[in-house]
Amino acid sequence: MGRARTPVVAGWFTEEPERPEDFRLLGTRCADCSAVFFPREDDFCRNPACCGTRLLEVPLSPRGRVWSFTDGRYRPPAPYVSDPAREWEPYTLVAVELAAERMVVLGQAVPGITVADLAVGMEVEVVPGVLNEDDERVWTTWHWRPVGARP
Amino acid sequence: MDHLALASGGSAAVTGDVAVLGAGMHPWGKWGRGFTEYGVAAAREALADAGLDWTRVTLVCGAQTVRGGYPGHVAGAAFARALGWQGARVSSSYAACASGAQAVNTARAHILAGMADVALVVGADAAPKGFFAPAGGERADDPDWLRFRILGATNPAYFALYARRRMAVHGDTAEDFALVKVKNAAAGAANPCARYRRAVTADEVAASPVVADPLRLLDICATSDGAAALVLSSMEFARRHTAHPVWITAVSTVTPRFPQTVLELPDFATDSAAGTDPAAGTGKDGAGTVRTGAVQAGRDHAGTVHAGTEPDRAGFRASIAAAAYEEAGAGPEDLDLAEVYDLSTALELQWYEDIGLCPPGDAARLLREGATGLGGRIPVNPSGGLASFGEAVPAQAIAQVCEAVRQLRGQAGDRQIEGARVALTANQGLFGHGSSVVVVR
Ligand SMILES: [Zn+2]
Repeated sequence: MGRARTPVVAGWFTEEPERPEDFRLLGTRCADCSAVFFPREDDFCRNPACCGTRLLEVPLSPRGRVWSFTDGRYRPPAPYVSDPAREWEPYTLVAVELAAERMVVLGQAVPGITVADLAVGMEVEVVPGVLNEDDERVWTTWHWRPVGARP
Repeated sequence: MDHLALASGGSAAVTGDVAVLGAGMHPWGKWGRGFTEYGVAAAREALADAGLDWTRVTLVCGAQTVRGGYPGHVAGAAFARALGWQGARVSSSYAACASGAQAVNTARAHILAGMADVALVVGADAAPKGFFAPAGGERADDPDWLRFRILGATNPAYFALYARRRMAVHGDTAEDFALVKVKNAAAGAANPCARYRRAVTADEVAASPVVADPLRLLDICATSDGAAALVLSSMEFARRHTAHPVWITAVSTVTPRFPQTVLELPDFATDSAAGTDPAAGTGKDGAGTVRTGAVQAGRDHAGTVHAGTEPDRAGFRASIAAAAYEEAGAGPEDLDLAEVYDLSTALELQWYEDIGLCPPGDAARLLREGATGLGGRIPVNPSGGLASFGEAVPAQAIAQVCEAVRQLRGQAGDRQIEGARVALTANQGLFGHGSSVVVVR
């Protein structure tokens, strides 16, 4: 170990939560019209009826319900990082509907969860995950995990 | 339909119509040559079809891709140079899959403004092999780059999310999706410009490998080389030049409305509908009746709309078609055919609902009835669609119009829809781009 844990993109999720269960995706909320944005908007509100410029960081709901899901049976092109020497292992993508925010957020499922484990409407929660590792860094991301699935 | 009366006795100032004098295509395939060569071939065919010399063209409108039209190699000028510099004005349009329709619209606007009388519209692509991928480098401010970096989410992954959602919400099945491919392959087999020209069976679809569950290889459109071109003119020029033009009566290039509640390529998330009322419209003060009317039209054509927390409410695609219908003074009941963007088999079904051929959820039933096949009540993708062509991005929206033109002129051979008078094309691409064109005779 000793390699730095680095978020694959800064500011999209809590980087070093005190407890794993405190992990959250981070969006922003317009102080004027309360519209919520993920990925975060930091400069201008995108509501066409609002000219707001004060956007405050807010954690998104940690749980939502599966809106849809799929997998990637073929190796995606760069900049996705994968080892061409190793046989491709499909990953699962989940689109999750957050009730409070009334929005759908994409993410990979935790490794080991396949499309056979998922159904539209199933409750899932956001958890910290690792996207890939290289010589210097462990690149961290967010994953969706069915509620009740073993960690 | 109001338009037909106007077209026979009105003027361009009243109707806003432009004439299509010529259509041409370079066959789709993987030919391994440059996009300019394909574009010139299509342009020459369109000019010959129009019976006009290239030197008569006063405006060239090129549709480009980032691949084909990088700075210093811009589409409009590349085509004009290859055809031989003759002083025509030039324009280039980039709007992802809607690039071709935006080039058509640029030509139309120039013609209606009296700034050009004969315009040549050309779109051509030489597509790379495999998945479309973003340009290289570290570009963390580009959502298209980030979705590959963080999610590995290819275009088919998004198509698959929509397909799975339809299965869950509407009860569509993999067999329904396969039937779209069977239908479009049958039409494409009769199209000399199609890349894939043979019948496909449902068993072949089911035997093809899964790319992104639930979609299989034969559910997803390929990427192709190809080119399409149109010669457009003013109504006055057309009346002098030909006895039987067809008319473009609408070109919709609207953008989405906030909040965008259906997940779109290449986004990580939808907009949040919390704190806004999607049903009320969200324009700034004085947004005006045009926008409101377009939304309303979309709802009328698409049937009941469930606003509120339901994320599948009539969205961007329906608004694209609604704006075209409004501009054309037409509705789905007027259509004799439609060309829609079947990036996947399941997406074709989505379009049936978005262009108002049936209420939400009924698309598979319409398909199973045979209504959308050749010989059906409202044939969709009589060209064979993307299923038979594969996508040549900046050419595709123009190719859709070429098929409409050939059908309305009665020149579609074994694909001919008897007595076709009104056609609608529709497409949607990345980054909030989409288009719809109405063509009539
Ligand atoms: Zn705001």
